[in-house]
Amino acid sequence: MTDQPRLTTGQTVTIRRPARPPAAAAGEPPETAIAIDALSVWYGKVLAINQVTMSIPERRVTALIGPSGCGKSTLIRCLNRLNDLIEGLRITGRILLHGQEIFDPLLDVIELRKRVGMVFQKSNPFPKSIYDNVAYGLRVNGEQRRVVLDRVVEDSLKRAALWDEVKDRLRTNALRLSGGQQQRLCIARAIAIEPEVLLLDEPCSALDPIATAKIEELLYVLKERYTIVIVTHNMQQAARVSDVTGFLLMGQLVEFDATEKLFTTPRDPRTEAYITGRFG
Amino acid sequence: MRPRLNLTSGRIDPERPSTLLRTLILSWSKDERSRRVTPRRVVSQLPIQLTGCMLAIALLMIVGLMGLILCQGLGTFWPQPLWELTTSDQGRYLGLVHRREPIPADDHAQGARAQRTLYRIGNRDVYETDFVWINDQHILTQSRPTEAVVVERLEWGPWYGFISDVKTPEGTVSGNREQVWAALLRQRPSARQRTRVIRRIERRIIGDLNDEVEQHRLAIRRLELRGRLDTPTEQRQLQRHQHAIKVLEQRYARIADSLGQQRAQDQAYRVVLTSIDGRQKELPISAIVRIHQPNRLSWCGRVAVYADRLREFVFDPPREANTEGGVAPAVFGTVLMTLLMSVAVVPLGVLGALCLHEYAKQGPLVSGVRIAVNNLAGVPSIVFGVFGLGFFCYLIGGTIDRFVFPERLPTPTFGGGSILWASLTLALMTVPVIIVATEEALAAVPNGLREASLACGASKFQTVWRVVLPAAIPGVLTGTILAMARGAGEVAPLMITGVVKLAPTMPLDHLWPFIHLERKFMHLGFHIYDVGYQSTNIEASKAMVYMTTLLLLGIVVCLNVTAMRIRGQWRQRFHSADV
Ligand SMILES: Nc1ncnc2c1ncn2[C@@H]1O[C@H](COP(=O)(O)OP(=O)(O)O)[C@@H](O)[C@H]1O
Ligand SMILES: [Mg+2]
Repeated sequence: MTDQPRLTTGQTVTIRRPARPPAAAAGEPPETAIAIDALSVWYGKVLAINQVTMSIPERRVTALIGPSGCGKSTLIRCLNRLNDLIEGLRITGRILLHGQEIFDPLLDVIELRKRVGMVFQKSNPFPKSIYDNVAYGLRVNGEQRRVVLDRVVEDSLKRAALWDEVKDRLRTNALRLSGGQQQRLCIARAIAIEPEVLLLDEPCSALDPIATAKIEELLYVLKERYTIVIVTHNMQQAARVSDVTGFLLMGQLVEFDATEKLFTTPRDPRTEAYITGRFG
Repeated sequence: MRPRLNLTSGRIDPERPSTLLRTLILSWSKDERSRRVTPRRVVSQLPIQLTGCMLAIALLMIVGLMGLILCQGLGTFWPQPLWELTTSDQGRYLGLVHRREPIPADDHAQGARAQRTLYRIGNRDVYETDFVWINDQHILTQSRPTEAVVVERLEWGPWYGFISDVKTPEGTVSGNREQVWAALLRQRPSARQRTRVIRRIERRIIGDLNDEVEQHRLAIRRLELRGRLDTPTEQRQLQRHQHAIKVLEQRYARIADSLGQQRAQDQAYRVVLTSIDGRQKELPISAIVRIHQPNRLSWCGRVAVYADRLREFVFDPPREANTEGGVAPAVFGTVLMTLLMSVAVVPLGVLGALCLHEYAKQGPLVSGVRIAVNNLAGVPSIVFGVFGLGFFCYLIGGTIDRFVFPERLPTPTFGGGSILWASLTLALMTVPVIIVATEEALAAVPNGLREASLACGASKFQTVWRVVLPAAIPGVLTGTILAMARGAGEVAPLMITGVVKLAPTMPLDHLWPFIHLERKFMHLGFHIYDVGYQSTNIEASKAMVYMTTLLLLGIVVCLNVTAMRIRGQWRQRFHSADV
């Protein structure tokens, strides 16, 4: 697999104008927020990401699709270096966040994680109150002022479309919320610290269609402010919400293109096979 | 304990009288169908029955132990009738029934079913023994004289007999027993008041004075140790302390004088006790602790005596080599020591577990450490005691003494056994419990929470402190409960690290700095050992042993219930999704 010519596809991708240009950047081609260059990741001896090169456009939604186990989570967790925790993990290649090398040993990982927020597949609110959940990121940054916290909590919950449902019970335990609400709370928590990039790893896989629709709507609004990378194994979802889509297969980036193009005229037969549901 | 199996039909007959176990299992099995019993079901239920059987055995043992302690302990304070006996060998006795048993088999002449009774006859100072065995056949007459009195005294244990005279400076009352009894009751409040005054002078005033003198003496010794006594300032200081001591000693002489007068005055109020066989004993009224006529006590009177004995037991210090009086200092020592131990062991164990589970890189070294910690729990507790004595008392305490309190040497301050070192020794002993429980709790904290925290830009420490540790608190508290239960009941290591039979001072008092962790202390567990196995009057102290056990159990239960409450509250916070 490693010496397949297709491997270089990602490197030559040019980002077309998105089908639905976001208001903020209407008219001009989007800039690159994150540039991934020849990234490979090993778990011990197992190669999980194989020479992936791609550039993630700013203020667009980038979707990563692929069968499970193909390395989507591994890839997305490299972007905020959450994989650092895993023992035996080895990474080669480079990732540039707005031109800055994120594997630079001098870089402060905590600063990086403040710039790259993340929402997980399994919603994981802290067993604290709703308010404390959203304020957590600020508090660990040393923000103590009540007014600031109040404002940010309200703001974040509003942007996560949760405010109206919880504004009367900010002090209740977050674990009492429904699954969909919990996931939106996690989004609110992630955006409370104003990251530049928001990573979502299969955020809707445990949710019902209505909650899913809510989050998808949310992404549509959020992308005016954030660069969003979303992992999903639901192709309809990728087609609905994303501007750019990458198809990963066994650790390789098979195809990376504008969503419309990838779903209508895929260049690679494997991509076509996958999106038409013939395997995976 | 197997269910009855009807062999002819091969079925269990549910109508047959079932064992306790069977009832338990059948009523507990949730599945309605499992109550219909078929041979195959018997086999399939076997494991369930086995678990139930084991549970039943455990329950029986616990209930039996508790029942024994409760009966033996709580019953002892109840006032019992005084029996007057005459025996065929011309003996006259007055006493309480203590125990009955069949006469040992080799005594054939008495017949097979002969019984004998152990009577507690008191009056140890004149009879030289508290107890006497009397064969039931030898008893000629038996009655309960209404004027018989139980006098609980400060010394020599109880007196069972009668009161013949009450002597006061105003005159003597004697003759009619009713009048004497009434006169004695009238004198009791003022006697109690005098005792209180004398005790206050002895304990508080003279004690404080001694303490002050000691402080000055230590100050002089400090000056001497510093070497140069020739500078004028130091000379002045020296003289100041010496003068202060002189003043204090004069004050002491005055107080001792007035104390002597008070005592002499107190001695003038006396009571003469008579035994059933006419022997007499005179003692000051203030030497009487409690007095009642058991044979004419109303039910309310009995309850009052019982309550007063219970109050004395829980709230008063011991008397008569611990065999009488109360156990208050031991209760206090036990609670304080357990709390100190928890305060020391919880941070130690939690930090250790955090290091092992959150920070250390998992590998052979960490596994080795973990195994070592777990095995610490198997080290005999006396070994911890020896270690505590060597490490805490001699090494650390000795060093502290040498550098901080050199003026007190050779008397050790921290260099001997003390409640602090005993608590730390127990903390060391129970630390594996906390570490194991905490590690388990940490492992149960979902990784998603850690990741969520890190993804919010929290540092590792913030994640551990704000998210992981709070989620693990219920587990930590479980460990604390286990550690406290183990620590509170432990005796062996304490015996060499600071527990004493009788502590003259408490670790907490009115003298600065109020908390004296360098002092020795009393402990209920050691008290049980001491009273039960080291005292000369074993029959009489048996009741104390049971009561002390009961109290110790009660304290452990109280501490545990408190910890469980706290744990319940924490659990609610983390599992409110289920409600
Ligand atoms: N912590 C880990 N240790 C070892 N192998 C892992 C670990 N996490 C993931 N993998 C392996 O890496 C590959 C990619 O996993 P992942 O990125 O989670 O896939 P996806 O998210 O696309 O389903 C899988 O084969 C998986 O078994
Ligand atoms: Mg995944």
